Amino acid sequence: MSLTRDEINLPQVTGCNERPVLKQRGQHEVFCGLTGIMWLHRKIQDAFFLIVGSRTCAHLMQSAAGVMIFAEPRFGTAIMEERDLAGIADMHDELDSVVEKLLARRPEIRLLFLVGSCPSEVIKLDLGRAAERLAVEHSPDVRILNYSGSGIETTFTQGEDACLAALVPSLPPEPDQAPAALMVVGALADVVEDQFARLFEEMGIGPVRFLPARLADDMPSVGPNTVYLLAQPFLTDTARALEERGATLLQAPFPLGAEGTTAWLKTAADAFGVDEATFNAVIEKPKQRAERAIELHRDKLEGKSVFFFPDSQLEIPLARFLGNELGMVATEVGTPYLNKRLLAHDLNALPESAHVSEGQDVDLQLDRCRDERPDIVVCGLGLANPLEVEGITTKWSIELVFTPIQGYEQAGDLAELFARPLNRRTRLEV
Amino acid sequence: MQLTVWTYEGPPHVGAMRIATAMTDLHYVLHAPQGDTYADLLFTMIERRKKRPPVTYTTFQARDLGGDTSQLFMDAARDAQERFQPAAMIVGASCTGELIQDDPGGLSKTMGLPIPVIPLELPSYSKKENWGASETFYQVARTIAPQGPDKVEADYKSCNIIGPTALGFRHRDDVREIVGLIESMGIHVNVVAPLDASVHDILRLKQADFNVCLYPETGLTTCTWLKRQFRQPHTKTVPIGVNATIDFMRELAELTGISDEECETLVQENEVRLPWYSRSIDSTYLTGKRVYLFGDATHVIAMARVAQKEMGYQVVGMGTYSREFARDVREAAELYGIEALITDDYLEVEEQVQNLQPELVLGSQMERHIAKRLGLPCAVISAPVHVQDFPARYSPQMGFEGANVLFDTLVHPLTMGLEEHLLHMFRDDFEFNDAAGPSHLGHGSSKTAPASATSDETQEKVSNGPLTWTMEAEKELKKIPFFVRGKARRNTEKFAGELGLAEITMETLYEAKSHFSR
Repeated sequence: MSLTRDEINLPQVTGCNERPVLKQRGQHEVFCGLTGIMWLHRKIQDAFFLIVGSRTCAHLMQSAAGVMIFAEPRFGTAIMEERDLAGIADMHDELDSVVEKLLARRPEIRLLFLVGSCPSEVIKLDLGRAAERLAVEHSPDVRILNYSGSGIETTFTQGEDACLAALVPSLPPEPDQAPAALMVVGALADVVEDQFARLFEEMGIGPVRFLPARLADDMPSVGPNTVYLLAQPFLTDTARALEERGATLLQAPFPLGAEGTTAWLKTAADAFGVDEATFNAVIEKPKQRAERAIELHRDKLEGKSVFFFPDSQLEIPLARFLGNELGMVATEVGTPYLNKRLLAHDLNALPESAHVSEGQDVDLQLDRCRDERPDIVVCGLGLANPLEVEGITTKWSIELVFTPIQGYEQAGDLAELFARPLNRRTRLEV
Repeated sequence: MQLTVWTYEGPPHVGAMRIATAMTDLHYVLHAPQGDTYADLLFTMIERRKKRPPVTYTTFQARDLGGDTSQLFMDAARDAQERFQPAAMIVGASCTGELIQDDPGGLSKTMGLPIPVIPLELPSYSKKENWGASETFYQVARTIAPQGPDKVEADYKSCNIIGPTALGFRHRDDVREIVGLIESMGIHVNVVAPLDASVHDILRLKQADFNVCLYPETGLTTCTWLKRQFRQPHTKTVPIGVNATIDFMRELAELTGISDEECETLVQENEVRLPWYSRSIDSTYLTGKRVYLFGDATHVIAMARVAQKEMGYQVVGMGTYSREFARDVREAAELYGIEALITDDYLEVEEQVQNLQPELVLGSQMERHIAKRLGLPCAVISAPVHVQDFPARYSPQMGFEGANVLFDTLVHPLTMGLEEHLLHMFRDDFEFNDAAGPSHLGHGSSKTAPASATSDETQEKVSNGPLTWTMEAEKELKKIPFFVRGKARRNTEKFAGELGLAEITMETLYEAKSHFSR
């Protein structure tokens, strides 16, 4: 099936219903965007992420995800030292020699990201210029791009957004007359990506391209004929960059749970004119499997209240899934940043009783959480154990980012992630 | 600019957090960008502490930078004081906070907070975690301790124990062990700090006759100051191992006027199994085992002594990332006729381990990974810490029980004596070979075997060069235990190279063996 861009049925643009959003400004208990490197460096197999930062950045990377498991991870930190800041050493010369050393040691690297950090942003170290300069020296063997994962500009998953947004301008162009093509945007576990690729293939939409690709040279091309689905909700800047290249967003709910996944796939199917019968035939079995798997956890989760601390921007789609597909009751849904355009569908599906909050004052939020005593709290690693000590069951939010949760085959796993902490409580007698 | 994928120590403000978290009523207001809050998980996840660390971060963002970040700091400090009601506060900046030069110390002085506020200057771009912890505790002691009441004369001797912190390697259990030891000598423990100490306890530091400097990395600066300020001498021996523990007791005896005979009686009263276990004939196989040590200065120096003098191993290499104590480690290394490696680059450590081919590595979690990659047995003896370094059981490193723990720690990773012999004799047994690993370590241990096999294979390819091995010699080489095979290969090739041989036969292999045997 080959359609031109004009033949694509774009979904009606959905706006966001009016609802109060609590905005507070105090201590934010969130990771910075550098943390995204944890999964991005596994996803893009020939990319290296060089953080230009401080000892704190290096310490974060090794502490936050116990990355010691990797023999030699494809990321590192160029630690700025006193002599760099005092101007005794030229920072750009220093960086050049670090890159030189690194690429000599890792000849298989095809794509190098220079990743800005809080200190490099504050001293206004121009990594864009550095990337251009280094590109001259190392192209075509290695492509060199830059983005900022700094905590002053990004929280947690926004690091992936910044990374992909930096990739977009370097994607190969598609000719204007090329047939319409679907791009799925946002890092997914390889297994999930393969499942989606198969489903689209069976519907006759294809070939579907994924951003990021697993190899630097396989990155999808983009042009006015590109229509894209977001697989992750935190890709605000990436969406903007794709639109600058002429691509068009298919606004959809996010593919979490059976309903979310169906609606997400359906948006693409409708856009590409897949008929109802074909669509239903393709999704029938996996959808049933997903529903069965979710159902297994319903008795443990139905009617239970859930409170989200802001973390990954997945909170709103997750709350939608837990509410609509498992009968849980979201009390507060905190998100570090709320993009009402990208999240319109999921946000509109939240009942009014769910209080949405954006940003954070962690102490005040902890007060609210203690008052409410929800059945389960989704929060970061710094807060989880102290809340458990107070008798509040928690689910670490980072696991929701590091585990494959999207799509039909993972819907049961996703439900289980919430059921397990509650289940554990009932088992322990110590 | 230094390229690193792994750092032995965090930034100095993490050291300050270790002090604030260790104490019961000290709060830390840290001028830091959002994201630096990751450090909380070190305490709540790795150490499994039950409370959030007492740290308030200003978590400024880019949009704040154009505005008034000083105000943000002052608001955070005021809110923290009101909410947490600490007895004292430390204030400072993280690496990024340092760059925006808001001067948290100066700002907090103008605020008229009703509690002592201690400003910290921790240069993030030249100093590291242990230095930060040491400096922070020194500043706390320097500000608070002089305010305490003058020393009251007592009819007993007392001491403070200085140095244990939050997130310390076995500090929790070491403190319990050493408090017991000191009290068994009839000496009163006045204050343990900073671990579990209150600000009020710091006021009482003066009351002790002397200080026990338990961890020089975090306690020596304060002990030196206390000596100067209040004429309190401090101990020099870190009681890790049997001999060091006895030395430590003798030091205490001297400081408190306990006679030599009395001290020896007190020593004898302790039950320690290490000496007998080490002399027991089944330990003969430990003789001369080549051991490599890397970690913080305190643990490396002490553990080298244990390994060499109490276990009968041979220390073949040692080093530290604690640059502040480089001289001490160099001096200790001289005792074993070796040169210490002072570095915070784990790649250098890995290279040295690879070259020395030790039979046992004693190090931090990083060395554990290096050893795993190289297929070498390893025990963890030093920070940086990992969740496994906070065992549920009582497991001190210090004192006599600590020595018992160390015996197990230093023996457990190895293949047992008779098993090792059998491995030599029946190398080709299909279920009893190198790849099977030490049997007492269960199935998990076999994981190390493929790693050793691969590293060995890569070495084979690399080292081929101009020299060729005959099939026969190559096969014979395989019969040598995997942990010394690399060394045997290199020695043989070196030997052949010196003789100008182009081919290595079985004969050459054994010629080389006899040439290099000591």
